[in-house]
Amino acid sequence: MENLDQLVQDGLAAVESADSLQALDQIRVEYLGKKGVITQQAKTLGKLSAEERPAAGQKINEAKGQVEQAINARRTDLERAAIEQKLASESIDVTLPGRGQDLGGLHPVTRTLQRIEQFFSRAGYTVEQGPEIEDDYHNFEALNIPGHHPARAMHDTFYFNPGTLLRTHTSPVQIRTMADGKPPFRMICPGRVYRCDSDMTHTPMFHQVEGLLVEKDVSFADLKSTVEEFLRVFFERDLEVRFRPSYFPFTEPSAEVDIEWGREEDGSIKWLEVMGCGMVHPKVFEHCGIDAEEYRGFAFGLGVERLAMLRYGVNDLRMFFENDLRFLRQFR
Amino acid sequence: MKFSEQWLREWVNPANGTQALMDQITMAGLEVDGFEPVAGKFSGIVVGEVVSVSPHPDADKLRVCQVRNGTETVQVVCGAPNVRDGLKVPFAVVGAVLPGDFKIKKAKLRGQPSEGMLCSESELGLSDSHDGLMELPDDAPVGQELSEFLKLNDVTIDVDLTPNRSDCLSIKGIAREVGVLNSLVVEGPEILPVEAVHSEVPDIAVKDPEGCPRYLGRILRNVDLSIESPLWMQEKLRRSGVRSIDAAVDVTNYVMLELGQPLHAFDRKEIEGGIVVRRAAQGEKLVLLDGQEVELTKDTLVIADHAKPIAIAGVMGGEHSGVSERTRDLILEAAYFDPITLAGKARHYGLHTDASHRFERGVDYELARDAMERATALLMSIVGGEPGNIVEVVSKQDLPEDRTVDLRETRVADVLGLEIDRTTVEEILTRLGLHIDKLLKDGWRVHVPSFRPDISIEEDLIEEIGRIYGYNNLPVTEPTGSLGLRPQEEAVRPVSAIQNYFVACGYQEAITYSFVDPKVQNLIDPERDGIALANPISSDLSVMRSSLWSGLLKTVAYNQNRQQPRIRLFETGLRFIKDGDRIDQQPMLSGVVAGGQLPENWANGRRNADFFDVKGELEVLFQLLGIEVQFLASQHPALHPGQTAELIRDGEHVGWMGTLHPQVQKKLELNGTILMFELFLNSVVSGYVPNFKDISKFPEVRRDLAIIIGGDVGFADVERVAKKRAGEHLTALRAFDVYEGESLGEGNRSLALSLFWQHPERTLNEEEVHSLFNGVIDALREELGATLRS
Repeated sequence: MENLDQLVQDGLAAVESADSLQALDQIRVEYLGKKGVITQQAKTLGKLSAEERPAAGQKINEAKGQVEQAINARRTDLERAAIEQKLASESIDVTLPGRGQDLGGLHPVTRTLQRIEQFFSRAGYTVEQGPEIEDDYHNFEALNIPGHHPARAMHDTFYFNPGTLLRTHTSPVQIRTMADGKPPFRMICPGRVYRCDSDMTHTPMFHQVEGLLVEKDVSFADLKSTVEEFLRVFFERDLEVRFRPSYFPFTEPSAEVDIEWGREEDGSIKWLEVMGCGMVHPKVFEHCGIDAEEYRGFAFGLGVERLAMLRYGVNDLRMFFENDLRFLRQFR
Repeated sequence: MKFSEQWLREWVNPANGTQALMDQITMAGLEVDGFEPVAGKFSGIVVGEVVSVSPHPDADKLRVCQVRNGTETVQVVCGAPNVRDGLKVPFAVVGAVLPGDFKIKKAKLRGQPSEGMLCSESELGLSDSHDGLMELPDDAPVGQELSEFLKLNDVTIDVDLTPNRSDCLSIKGIAREVGVLNSLVVEGPEILPVEAVHSEVPDIAVKDPEGCPRYLGRILRNVDLSIESPLWMQEKLRRSGVRSIDAAVDVTNYVMLELGQPLHAFDRKEIEGGIVVRRAAQGEKLVLLDGQEVELTKDTLVIADHAKPIAIAGVMGGEHSGVSERTRDLILEAAYFDPITLAGKARHYGLHTDASHRFERGVDYELARDAMERATALLMSIVGGEPGNIVEVVSKQDLPEDRTVDLRETRVADVLGLEIDRTTVEEILTRLGLHIDKLLKDGWRVHVPSFRPDISIEEDLIEEIGRIYGYNNLPVTEPTGSLGLRPQEEAVRPVSAIQNYFVACGYQEAITYSFVDPKVQNLIDPERDGIALANPISSDLSVMRSSLWSGLLKTVAYNQNRQQPRIRLFETGLRFIKDGDRIDQQPMLSGVVAGGQLPENWANGRRNADFFDVKGELEVLFQLLGIEVQFLASQHPALHPGQTAELIRDGEHVGWMGTLHPQVQKKLELNGTILMFELFLNSVVSGYVPNFKDISKFPEVRRDLAIIIGGDVGFADVERVAKKRAGEHLTALRAFDVYEGESLGEGNRSLALSLFWQHPERTLNEEEVHSLFNGVIDALREELGATLRS
């Protein structure tokens, strides 16, 4: 039985030096298997007396337990090491870029249009569309701009023939919508418009959003709040807004809207014109079959590129239509 | 309109300074576009007098002058041709600083000492004129500061007037506005009738009273046009942006600027018979004052004599009858021409004159006589002459109607959103020169003066009140009223959803012009005539696009030329096609893809996009939209004949997809394979609203097969035949391999398919599936000549 302690010591040493799960398993078989050296010690119990046997048996069990515990502990260690090694071998460079598609982007004009549409949709305005090749009636006549009107000179119009043209504003959409429907109306008309003009600050095509509200009881004061709120929401700033008397054939009274855009050298506000607006001219209502005594309306219009330029700091209008990817990608 | 601030202040002189005045009129609707000092910045310039001139001993072109400056007489060397004894000139004394920070020092010119400099107008920033020294009048006080003498503490103000405000195209009109804004009385020069000293009058016949309801003429005999107009007049003209020509022209321009009435002076000796106002005969010729010969059209109103046209009415006079230094007798014209008759005429002849600008917008139709008297008096004070009586031909019925407009107090409040008290309203109207004819129960009957052709309805008056009261003094209120609820169609996807999808697929949205290069369009759409603009901005932007591809392909070229090899673009917008008498304007969704399918990196590699990449993206789009679209092999002139698909939804053509035809690609100088698609937006945006079906609890069965088919058989054929025979419980059919190889025989392909069956209520048994599967194989063999691959 002196042998047993030695076996345990040997076993523990062997476990300690086992460097793989396989080697460890062999040690388990060698010591604790059916024919294992410690298991075999049980055969010696037969030579002992009945009084000695329980104590000796217990000793053997303790020895087995001791080695088994060491094996288990060693196994856990080896398993952990194996996992760690596997993980180490599987580690990757997470800083490398991912696989797959890049993001594209919306054109800054569309991005701006979507923000404008969102604002007005929430305020109950519908979004209306119409043709871009228009007739003289919808683009001019119905908007109180008859053939001889000097305001026609303000619109450098592209013509196909004397009666057919590219719309110079999106107002004809308002005419069509009003003529086809019944008041009240709340609508915005976004879209492409065309003027025969091309230089540093003009492109022959650009985008407008025109808005119209027709109700029984609406005033210039309501127009002011709508325009002011829109501009503050659009620029996300509590900026100063002023209304300057102006002239459009289809509104009366008419105003141009300036916003505060920096300061002059003397500290006074630098004003920047951003929109036009006014109360719908009775002649326009007349053309659309709306009783101007019963209904009043206000209308406003803005240039989308201009707002986009101010919002994003674009300094050259023409870039919007060059579609240079290095420009477009800045807006994604 | 440009005008001199000083001139305005002669009429009305508010206490506010220049900037405040400009802000004030801007906020009243007369937008100030800019302003400019009337002279450059200088100091030390006085009125000098040349007392003697002698030749320079060592230079032919220089003279040695003695100049009085008020305190002493100094020597100045001068090279100007017009320097002479007794001349009064602007004199920059030693120590003076000229515009551009140019300091005058004592100097020697070719050995002769020179103390100061005699100045030209351009050297003082007064004009661009280089014709020698500026000549001051003989009575200019020697030694006085030039800026004081010429009252140069003045600015030219440029107002950008809206076309309705013709009444402000004069000092008088702007003064009226300034008077209203500052509650000041406006005072102009007194205008008195000039008494005739002879009985000669022009013979005037107005043949077109509609176009010319009023025409005034007067003969002014024995004028001396060698006399220049006085400096004060030249200066006022200059500061209002008008160049001095001669006394006759200067006076007519002066009165136009002052009162707003364009005038014209003819040389009486060039007029044969008398004056006739009529429409031109088609093709009649006239050489204008600017030297241009025009061929008149018959709708043009002209002033003629008994032989020929002598002016385009209200636009420009003729050269032949124009005044010159030799003119002795003048015929002065002051007329009211109908704006509608004159509309667009100047532009038709490529002209835009101060007169046409005013007549087209509407001149005060009661102003002609006053203007004639004012011009006569001014002319006589300068060039002398003997006035005759004014002949006035007027057709009352053709003059604009005398207007009264009723204004309701309640309407003012309703439109402006503010009740303005009656006295304020009345004060505003009266100061604007509107006359309150009658007080009504709920307002006023307002008589509109002849100088306000823009006012004809109640709203016009309300605008006047709002504008003078100040838009920014009006309240701000939230609109009330019904917010009608609108339908919201779930099956219709907003265009923004499609745009966002393409953005997520790596596409950049482009916006290209709707007018394109006809040469490019012709390559893409050779069978159709483009809709051409009558007045395009340039030939490469002259026809309306019949496809968005023209603009997108140009964009590809633009970016490829800027080292951008990988291009993915989409655009939405209208395309324009002539359809009989109609023009079909359809919203399209188009895209182009060139270069790598994925951005090049370590993992993506550098494989170029091909047909099936783009088709896959479209198929996902169609899933997003909830629609089924078939791709059928087809032909399109812009696309590769073997790589073109026509897109069909429920039997309707909804678009195209394919590879750009290599020949078109070459002609457009594009690099690499280019894939394109174009969809009719309206045909694809409405899909369906989901409708739930039970999920089967029973297992799905899969069977695979590989067949060999001929080159003329498409996958769509296989799919159609297989589906027809696979029974109602087929849940999916997929091609999982396609192989082409010589071993299969010329043109043949091997296609590997998997078929999936599932029954909603029970497990399918082996025999059923076997029989369906064999049925499919038989059908493929019988209908498509497919053979089973072993």
